[in-house]
Amino acid sequence: MSVVSAQVLPGDAPAMPQAARGAAELGPRARLWPSLAAVYRAQLSRARVARIPLLFVATFQSVGITVMMRGVVDSGGEAQSVVAGSSVLVVAYVALNLLSQYFGQLRASGGLDHYATLPVPPAAVVLGAAGAYASFTVPGTLVTAVFGCVLFGLPLSNLWILMAVIPLAGAALSGLGAACGLLAPRPELATLLGQLGMSAALLLGVLPADRMPQIVRLARDLLPSTYGVEAYARTFGAHPDWAVVLADLGVCAGVGVVSLAVATWAYRRAAVR
Amino acid sequence: MRGLSKTYPPVKGRRGTPGTPEVRATDGVTLDVRRGEIFGLLGPNGAGKSTLVRQLTGLLRPDGGSVEILGHDIVRHPERAARILAYLGQESSALDELTVSLAAETTGRLRGLDVRRARAERDAVIEELGLTPIAGRALKKLSGGQRRLACFAAALVGERPLLVLDEPTTGMDPVARRAVWAAVDRRRAEHGTTVLLVTHNVIEAETVLDRVAVLDQGRVIACDTPAGLKEQVSGEVRVELVWRERAPLDVPEVAVLRERAVESGRRWTLRLAPEEARAAVATVTGGAAFAALDDFTLATPSLEDVYLALGGAARQGLVKV
Repeated sequence: MSVVSAQVLPGDAPAMPQAARGAAELGPRARLWPSLAAVYRAQLSRARVARIPLLFVATFQSVGITVMMRGVVDSGGEAQSVVAGSSVLVVAYVALNLLSQYFGQLRASGGLDHYATLPVPPAAVVLGAAGAYASFTVPGTLVTAVFGCVLFGLPLSNLWILMAVIPLAGAALSGLGAACGLLAPRPELATLLGQLGMSAALLLGVLPADRMPQIVRLARDLLPSTYGVEAYARTFGAHPDWAVVLADLGVCAGVGVVSLAVATWAYRRAAVR
Repeated sequence: MRGLSKTYPPVKGRRGTPGTPEVRATDGVTLDVRRGEIFGLLGPNGAGKSTLVRQLTGLLRPDGGSVEILGHDIVRHPERAARILAYLGQESSALDELTVSLAAETTGRLRGLDVRRARAERDAVIEELGLTPIAGRALKKLSGGQRRLACFAAALVGERPLLVLDEPTTGMDPVARRAVWAAVDRRRAEHGTTVLLVTHNVIEAETVLDRVAVLDQGRVIACDTPAGLKEQVSGEVRVELVWRERAPLDVPEVAVLRERAVESGRRWTLRLAPEEARAAVATVTGGAAFAALDDFTLATPSLEDVYLALGGAARQGLVKV
């Protein structure tokens, strides 16, 4: 126990003794990839505790929508966009809506302080969480796609394209979700933004575009999830135009890079006020 | 141990957010914490403790003043704080859905440890704090005290020379509290770890702290060892009287005492000079007043009395747990 006399220095007394010159050695900085992996693994493990909201709700919702649309749409071109739209809707629900809510709540409750007081690169936190949320969408998207194809009698042969659609649409939408969650001044606004984004993906992605007025088609073109839907829908044909599929996926990738960069910037801004 | 290895010169006020009146959460606070010391920040709710801590940990940029930790300027390089100190905040929402063991391991990894070191330290800390039986459970499913202990475990993985702990023992049972202080003492003995502790708990402050700063309305109103602070009010004794139903105000001496008492239901609290206290006790333990008396205590001053005597704004005193 070091018992020393009182050290109260009145007001702004400038006569502080200078600290010893020898500065303490700084602890190591966490490097990007190892810390990204650590965040990803930790986020992924949350599915064990929050299984129902993270894995099941979106699947039930999308399967329900395909069943509902079966009563409206015949097989053929329109069925293709319904199946593709409701599959990608799982990605929009989890990666955009739930991730936006998660970051909004984390920010509001002061949970970001935990990361902000660790020497971890902002990109690791954002990409780790975004990657985990994109991963949560895999089972739901596959289940919806298979169920939808069986229901509408569509071929399952090009289902593998989802292995490209999920990560790329996932990157674009989770980047948007993270950015919304981290930029929204209040958690309710983050929830609202996520919900609106998800609703847009539902209305503009699932319903066949040909029946829409021009203005809605424009909005549809602005929504990144649309390109994931189109990429998948094009592969149902007998001779898909792979160049266009690739271009659609390229748009997703581009939006993903930009939105994740914005989200990383938003994290940095939210973490230190 | 050489003194003044760390200096926290004036950390000045932070402007309130627009729309609320300007609040000076910290107002020219000047503190000097020595290496290897357990230093406490004590004060009522809203005294500015958390703001001060957020400024020290690089989470909040002060409007003025400077913060130097172990030779590093934290105002100019806030990112360095994360590499010098471990912070245990009041919120656990970032870790809530992880298991105790994964929370500790991940935190260690994010402190720059490789997988093997992080796991070794995780196991050691979990063992040390007696968390082994609940290591596989999610924090969310634990009681408040257990969750707090798990967060404390995460703060210890990846050794840091400074621990900043914001009310670390809230909600903990005595066994968990003891584990916390034993772990802190061990780190201090082995590595010379410095601890900055924010607390509401006066009893804990008296037992574990080397020195304590009392904060009120963003200012340091006193800073000394707990014993040194208590000496400032050593001339006073606290007398507490509990009446059975109501005070016998028909006894003139009791009526006089009432003027100096802080009443709270059947309980009166008086701060008196020793001879006055003796007289008061003689009055209430003899004669007519004794029949109305349920209980009484006579105590030397605690840190709570110090706080009140120093003129803290919150007249009701600190929360005494």
